[in-house]
Amino acid sequence: MAGRWKNDLGWDDVTPKAAWMNRRQIMAGGLAAAGLGAIGGTAHALEFQTTDFGEGLEPNSLEDITTYNNFYEFGTGKGDPAANAGAMEVEPWTVTVDGMVDNPGDYALDDLIGDMTLEERIYRFRCVEAWSMVVPWVGFELADLLNKIGVQEGAKYVSFETAVIPDVMPGVRRGVLDFPYREGLRLDEAMHPLTIMATGLYGEPLPNQNGAPMRLIVPWKYGFKSIKSIVRISLVEEQPDTSWNMLQAREYGFYSNVNPNVDHPRWSQASERRLGGGLFAGREPTLMFNGYEDEVASLYDGMDLAEFY
Amino acid sequence: MTPVQRINRGLSRVPAWPLYILSLVAPIWLLWQGQTGGLGPEPIKALEHELGELALKLLIVVLAITPLRNATGINLVKFRRAIGLIAFFYVALHLLVWLVLDVAILSQIWADILKRPYITVGMVGFLLLIPAAVTSNNRSIRKLGPKRWKRVHQWTYGAVILGAVHFIMVQKVWEAEPLIYLGIIMALLVTRLDLRVLRRAEA
Repeated sequence: MAGRWKNDLGWDDVTPKAAWMNRRQIMAGGLAAAGLGAIGGTAHALEFQTTDFGEGLEPNSLEDITTYNNFYEFGTGKGDPAANAGAMEVEPWTVTVDGMVDNPGDYALDDLIGDMTLEERIYRFRCVEAWSMVVPWVGFELADLLNKIGVQEGAKYVSFETAVIPDVMPGVRRGVLDFPYREGLRLDEAMHPLTIMATGLYGEPLPNQNGAPMRLIVPWKYGFKSIKSIVRISLVEEQPDTSWNMLQAREYGFYSNVNPNVDHPRWSQASERRLGGGLFAGREPTLMFNGYEDEVASLYDGMDLAEFY
Repeated sequence: MTPVQRINRGLSRVPAWPLYILSLVAPIWLLWQGQTGGLGPEPIKALEHELGELALKLLIVVLAITPLRNATGINLVKFRRAIGLIAFFYVALHLLVWLVLDVAILSQIWADILKRPYITVGMVGFLLLIPAAVTSNNRSIRKLGPKRWKRVHQWTYGAVILGAVHFIMVQKVWEAEPLIYLGIIMALLVTRLDLRVLRRAEA
């Protein structure tokens, strides 16, 4: 059920449609003129509801969002995913649903999520490497999907896996991480209305380098938690293994909530650089829970966030 | 005349000073690229990285000059001072970009130098290069005497190793490139050790 999430902004706070439509047309026009319209391929525009969520945030350009990516399956360079991910075939796409669910099985993607109502969510995106951007995602609440597959009593965590297709994934062939890439959430985090499965951005289907055909977005956590190109969703009782935590537990915790007060051992998390600002942009202070403190802080009541980083 | 002699004679006609002017091309080009979008959406990191890697490459060239002469007879010693000073110039720019464009917050800069091992390592490497840089002139050779002068310049061996270690430490996973740099550096330094041991054995 889309639109369950309500915030305390009223219609008075909303930019008039004519104004933002105009803004997007300008951006879209500019990108098309720069020959970047092809990033979306021949894909048709998605049908989605707009929301007032993220009003006041100025999204990064489609070029920034689609050319500066971490997707280690396709290489460790920021430009590698854009260069290599195009070779990944995302249709047909099968997602395995298993563990403590009422309706397990291997689903064709459309059978699994075809009936979800899409909406736009403009979110801040903060990488653990201390850069950030703002992305106009299109997707649906993960809670809707979890309700559809039927979470059984006793399940406490959701774990996810990314596709492993060595033929088109040079990073997998080189073994830069222990693939498949794995991520997980506590069930209450997964059910939170801010947590979405994204299938598009800027109103079009996700480009492959951004995690097509379906990825997780958890806006109050560092970006690596928002796992891409998902092929498996499991409901489990124990806290699942997660890829970066497996590689270097001291640097990447299971929670990995954006927190300016808990530094990465090798760099400060107190500030960040917004992409696209040029050479002289400077840093901005990082916000607690990436600016979503009012919405999510209660999930961690009583927890020492320096211990559960 | 052997081919090596011919190469050396050709090199003797090439002056070293144009290298100083050429060295300005890379930073100016990078700054211009950064300003016009050629370095991508995160130009500061890219600029920082490019300058650091360029400096490391040049320091490797400096280290390779003696082994190259010993192995082949090709003599580039004439260009070593210029290449070394340009490498130092790039390291200084790399540091300057970090100070002014990247972090830019004084309290955080000091905290980073002390708290972040990869920055501490890089900073120590930079400090080790300074004495060699300021004594890269004929007057200093006369003043210090060749023996002491040489010792000061051998500190750069440590600096180059620290530079490569600094590069390895910045990575999130084990990347091949910085490890290859460290391997080349160690190999070039080992040739020096071996030669000295051999010479002593011969004497």
